[in-house]
Amino acid sequence: MTFLSISNAVKTFGSNTVVKGFDLAVDKGEFVSFLGPSGCGKTTVLRMIAGFERPTSGRIMIDGRDVTDIAPNKRRIGMVFQAYALFPNMNVAGNIGFGLKIAGMGRAEIDARVQEMLDLIGLSHLAERFPYEMSGGQQQRVALARALAPKPQVLLLDEPLSALDAKIRVSLRSEIREIQRRLGITTVFVTHDQEEAMSISDRIVVMNGGRADQIGTPSEIYNRPTTRFVANFVGTLNTFDVTVVDPGRGHVSLEDQALMLHASPLSAKAGETLSIALRPEALRLGRCDTHEATLPARIEDVHFMGSIIRLRVMMAGVSVSLDTFNRPDMPTPLPGSMIEVSLSGKQAIVLRG
Amino acid sequence: MKKRFPLVAILTALFAASFFIVPLIATFYFSLKMVRGELGFAAYASVFGSAAFLQTISYSTVASLIAIVIGAVIIVPTAYWVRLKVPHLRPVVEFISLLPLIVPPVVLVFGYIRLFGSSSWLPLTTTATGTDILLVIGYVVLSMPYMFRAVDNGMAAIDIATLTEAAESLGASRLRTIALVIFPNVRAAIISGAFLTFSISLGEFVLASLLNRPAFGPYLVQLGQDRAYEPAALAIMAFGFTWACMALMQLFATRKPGQRWLPRLTKPAAQRTTP
Ligand SMILES: Nc1ncnc2c1ncn2[C@@H]1O[C@H](COP(=O)(O)OP(=O)(O)OP(=O)(O)O)[C@@H](O)[C@H]1O
Ligand SMILES: [Mg+2]
Repeated sequence: MTFLSISNAVKTFGSNTVVKGFDLAVDKGEFVSFLGPSGCGKTTVLRMIAGFERPTSGRIMIDGRDVTDIAPNKRRIGMVFQAYALFPNMNVAGNIGFGLKIAGMGRAEIDARVQEMLDLIGLSHLAERFPYEMSGGQQQRVALARALAPKPQVLLLDEPLSALDAKIRVSLRSEIREIQRRLGITTVFVTHDQEEAMSISDRIVVMNGGRADQIGTPSEIYNRPTTRFVANFVGTLNTFDVTVVDPGRGHVSLEDQALMLHASPLSAKAGETLSIALRPEALRLGRCDTHEATLPARIEDVHFMGSIIRLRVMMAGVSVSLDTFNRPDMPTPLPGSMIEVSLSGKQAIVLRG
Repeated sequence: MKKRFPLVAILTALFAASFFIVPLIATFYFSLKMVRGELGFAAYASVFGSAAFLQTISYSTVASLIAIVIGAVIIVPTAYWVRLKVPHLRPVVEFISLLPLIVPPVVLVFGYIRLFGSSSWLPLTTTATGTDILLVIGYVVLSMPYMFRAVDNGMAAIDIATLTEAAESLGASRLRTIALVIFPNVRAAIISGAFLTFSISLGEFVLASLLNRPAFGPYLVQLGQDRAYEPAALAIMAFGFTWACMALMQLFATRKPGQRWLPRLTKPAAQRTTP
């Protein structure tokens, strides 16, 4: 059941349209991440959900209620900011209890709820601390508790981990996910770190230039990217432009070599160009019976990674990554030398756009 | 490397300080000589014993305090609004706040008298209370450059935009955000502004004199014309008072929220336990 929906949202600042028709339906209790490069409009969409920006056009619904024209303080959303944004004049308990006090809750009730939230984030012993007396990770957990205390309908987090160092970033993200699961709260999480998005999301929205390029589970996004942008942004994928020969049978050609694609029939017509992507592990060094095409390639770079060697090679006019097993009995590949690389159409991902 | 004794620097500092300290000592010495042939605090006693002194200083104190409250209530929301909504207009607002330093108080007060005189649409000057109101408004205007600067700097130190959004997302209206989040966080700045306002309006002469109010400034001038020793005693006291104000300002400005006025006897739990 859709709990939060954004339909055809557009946001224009002056003459600059930064969100260009954004659609998303989030289920109750779902954890959705917005993933994308800097400036693609992630924060802007999040701020429209929160009510800090009014969409130029489009509607936003929460739990069946149209909130497009409702002020942020009437939306019942919880927000966590990159810079923590704790109130410097209040201690931890004061910060967490702020929303409850605003809601007009009684003293005893507030204290009980604050204690409950402190237990949830494991900081009961710091209730009297002021923000300037705490580390970034502690402050961000307090900010999370503060956002959750008034039982919001939706939790919004804008790169909450970006200001923290790598180790705390990893531990806090699983903590956020666990708390989110326990409370069953519908959550939108903004990040530009693909690993972060992959590891904690139910679904990921990959954004590009103000649009949602692809929406899917982490495995869908990783294994079946539908656009060249997603393929390049998420994980390492090699993309090639191929010419369609017979769309009905999935027959295409790359540098005069025939490839049979898995996904047939193809949407493109014969003679048109199509983008396909191959993972590093789908390319083979040398000729191979199971791979129908073989192309010459020039080694550009060699990375030893223990049991495997990752090569960067130039083939069919593009720079490609491929993995090969490290075999001590074989000569080591050298940069600058010419090799042959085999590929199979069955492992290729067809990209739209 | 061994540090050399900074002899030249110390001599320069002493020389410069002497310009300030010698007249102060001389004035203090003079203020003690009211009774011929002995040193004593007779001049000070005479000042405190005078009814006019007590009346004028209480009048000016009350007027200054009202001016401070009005100033804060006007300046804080204005500075907040400008920073939040129209940050590109901040230089303009800053310039307006500096106008009282450019326009002399005489011009201001004659403007008031023309605007609110006996034949105007709002004849404030015809009653004592009305004129008191004008005086307080004048003090608010005169203190604006200091108050605005102090509050605006205070706001620059915190991220008011994000704090406002945090408060709003937690359900707070604009008014409650200002009252519960913005005001407390610029309190130190407001207090600095308040002390400056207080020290300006307490000794202010032009407005009070031309509006003919029984304020401390005109009393000081009158006393300077009539007496010899008492003005010296007053000058020393004013000096002490100003320094006390500065010290209090410093104390408020550097105090962190939740910090005690005096150090705690038990060691505070300041060690970080969890990351
Ligand atoms: N208030 C504003 N006025 C004008 N332009 C804005 C405003 N807010 C955002 N933009 C522009 O909108 C675009 C998208 O901004 P947004 O903050 O949504 O990006 P983002 O995806 O969150 O990027 P980042 O990863 O850097 O945070 C940017 O080009 C930005 O300059
Ligand atoms: Mg952003």
